[in-house]
Amino acid sequence: MSSRTADVVVIGGGLHGCSTALHLALRGLKPILVEKDYAGRHASGVNAGGVRQLARHIAEIPLSISSMAIWEQIEELVGDDCGFESHGTVLVAESEEELAGFRARVDDLRLKGFTHEELIDRAELKRLVPAVSDHCPGGVVSRRDGAADPFRTTQAFRRRAVEAGAEVIEGVAVTDIVRQGSVWRVETSDGPIEAPRVVNAAGAWADRIAARLGEPVPLEVIAPMLMVSSRVPAFIEPVVILRGRKLSFKQLANGTVVIGGGHLAQPYRDENRTVLDWTKLATSARTVWELFPVMREATIVRAWAGIEARMPDDIPVVGPSGTSEGVYHQFGFSAHGFQLGPGTGAMMAELVATGATNLPIDGLGIGRFTK
Amino acid sequence: MNAADLASSYDLVVIGGGPAGLAAASLAARAGVSTVLFDENPGIGGQIYRGITTTPVKDRAILGEDYWAGETLANEAKASGALIVNGATVWSLDPQRIVGISIAGKARLIEARRVIIATGSQERPFPIPGWTLPGVMTAGAAQTVLKAQGLLPGGRTVIAGTGPLLWLLAAQILRAGGRIEALLDTTPRLNWLRAAIHLPDFMLSPYFAKGFALLREVRARVPVHKVSRVEAIGDDRLREVAFDGGRLPADLLLLHQGVVPNVNMAIAAGVGHAWNDRQLCFQPILDHDFSTTVPGIAVAGDGAGIAGGTAAAERGRIAAIAAVRALKPDASLPDPQNVRQRLQREEMGRPFLDWLNRPAESFRQPEGDTLVCRCEEVTARQVRDTADLGCEGPNQMKAFLRCGMGPCQGRLCGLTVTELIAAQRKSTPAAVGYYRLRPPVKPITLAELASLPISETERKAVER
Repeated sequence: MSSRTADVVVIGGGLHGCSTALHLALRGLKPILVEKDYAGRHASGVNAGGVRQLARHIAEIPLSISSMAIWEQIEELVGDDCGFESHGTVLVAESEEELAGFRARVDDLRLKGFTHEELIDRAELKRLVPAVSDHCPGGVVSRRDGAADPFRTTQAFRRRAVEAGAEVIEGVAVTDIVRQGSVWRVETSDGPIEAPRVVNAAGAWADRIAARLGEPVPLEVIAPMLMVSSRVPAFIEPVVILRGRKLSFKQLANGTVVIGGGHLAQPYRDENRTVLDWTKLATSARTVWELFPVMREATIVRAWAGIEARMPDDIPVVGPSGTSEGVYHQFGFSAHGFQLGPGTGAMMAELVATGATNLPIDGLGIGRFTK
Repeated sequence: MNAADLASSYDLVVIGGGPAGLAAASLAARAGVSTVLFDENPGIGGQIYRGITTTPVKDRAILGEDYWAGETLANEAKASGALIVNGATVWSLDPQRIVGISIAGKARLIEARRVIIATGSQERPFPIPGWTLPGVMTAGAAQTVLKAQGLLPGGRTVIAGTGPLLWLLAAQILRAGGRIEALLDTTPRLNWLRAAIHLPDFMLSPYFAKGFALLREVRARVPVHKVSRVEAIGDDRLREVAFDGGRLPADLLLLHQGVVPNVNMAIAAGVGHAWNDRQLCFQPILDHDFSTTVPGIAVAGDGAGIAGGTAAAERGRIAAIAAVRALKPDASLPDPQNVRQRLQREEMGRPFLDWLNRPAESFRQPEGDTLVCRCEEVTARQVRDTADLGCEGPNQMKAFLRCGMGPCQGRLCGLTVTELIAAQRKSTPAAVGYYRLRPPVKPITLAELASLPISETERKAVER
């Protein structure tokens, strides 16, 4: 059987894979993206949609800031506004002690030159989030943050990538990857594809690709749970997150409220299935009950979880393979990869096309697990 | 009965108090298995025997002897030793058989060693122009009111659609002293061609004599029009019903084009489903004991594929026998062969009825501005256009149009959306698939969810 050929094979049709494929095509390369289900089937399509720079690990802040610049002009890039709206993200402190910790973090970021996080007092918190319970003394805001529609975003990147010249193959699984002379031969359920370069953006399945390349990683398959309420009158604009108790909370333009925060379902990645844990969702419900009394009689319409990858240090694996020339990793976004998708795709395309990038990604290499 | 009074686990949890659930719970409880039956309604009976212990309609001729047959089932269940809990909403069932239940505003999670889902059927969506106008309702809803409250439809009433239940409701309304201006029969004429081959079996089934008696009874008192188009017309409420060949002023239009399995609970529990092309619906994949693809979970009754109330009870017994055998191998049980034979006799007439009453494509696959998803107000044109743009299935469609994401959780649009996508993309409903349904299967309030008892680990975390 004759192989198809491409400049780059991108494995995985999540937001990251689609974004990288798009940016590669915009650079004039010919990528083929292979996705075992359909674009946005898993975490990229069903996450909470938070577009957040706030409260990120220092190693990924540069990527996050570069991504934010793309989000703010997302329609120019993909021809769809992706439902992106910017009303800020607010990290609410539930005690003076917690607020003191936040203050230290914001001061530290300032020293390092990052100004997107801003400490706020009780009055400003009440102004931004009038419905918040009175026991909260302040918090941190990142005013340019916002939220978007995750499936629509992933589909928009997929569509634009195809328009720009990428080929997207869905319903086809990658079964192996082997070196053959100067190219990589990517075996799929629909025949082989040969390319000099490969991007591993396979999310919760990325460890299997890495293992084939002789660099196994301690990837944990997770499925963060979310639930959504029926429509309630508009009462909150920014996305609200908590640190001490797991909660993220946002009201969409249609009035429904999405409640998340990282409580996990049981994932079954070989069956594309998750089983929810209602005792943990009840914990989220109690937190909302205490924080936002206005929500008490709202109805929970649906709960779900998307399958994704978490690394032990909660930051992604981004950069060249340590064992295999021409292979690049882009996975393990640990439940906060959605905002990073547009910027990481652009950076990755630069890295693949030119062999270098100006963005500091040193802390994100796969070497931290394989040394 | 309060949620707090429930045990933390039962051998068998039966969900739904219609004929399948009642028969299953009685049989299992009599065999000595700890059994609880949860039913969301105020009284047992399901839809077919709704209000069987409480109905104010005392003249037995009105609802008919088939309705009153439910009394025996109800009495048997009550005497069986099964715990029967009414007003209990099961909002979640997972593959480990953890059952999420809510009673009087308080939620609980309990464990079950076996589960029988007996949530029955629901009426097939009937999306015609104007079907969301006040004054248009389903025949099933009208029948609910008649059985539960003894109330008849008021004003000028028109009935439209196809299927045995449509004619049964018409007869029940007439017997109770009600009036029907016209019955618009939407059954496609050519259905006879495919049904005819099954006529001999139908003639041997219990439905044969009853069916023709019912047709005669209604035709004698109501003008019947054969139609291929029905439209509800009105401004703020229904004023007229238009059809090919005429228009009638009307205050109430009752619509019905058959029933389909209520699949929400089983799909959310991870049970595999398949398309039934004769009945034009999805139904769970089952073995001969009505066990699903998820170990320990069975689906009995019309939820397993439409076969009617008497068959539902026999299916409930078969599922219960299998459950008892697994839980308590030495229990004494009725001979399953007898039950299977009775079931076979009940199911014999089904192919004829299904082919004869198969609703027309034009009533299943609407066009233009006719609403498909009532919750999110999505029209047929939007669904068709989005399918043309490349949207391959109902789950992707959700992201574009939000259809199926409202409080009804796809019950009123699921089949329509699947069929429209299949038609538009020249595919099949089997290939296009159905909504991946998410729990809660029934909406619960945040307050109810917050009322779930706090787990041990969480308590420790707070105390620490």
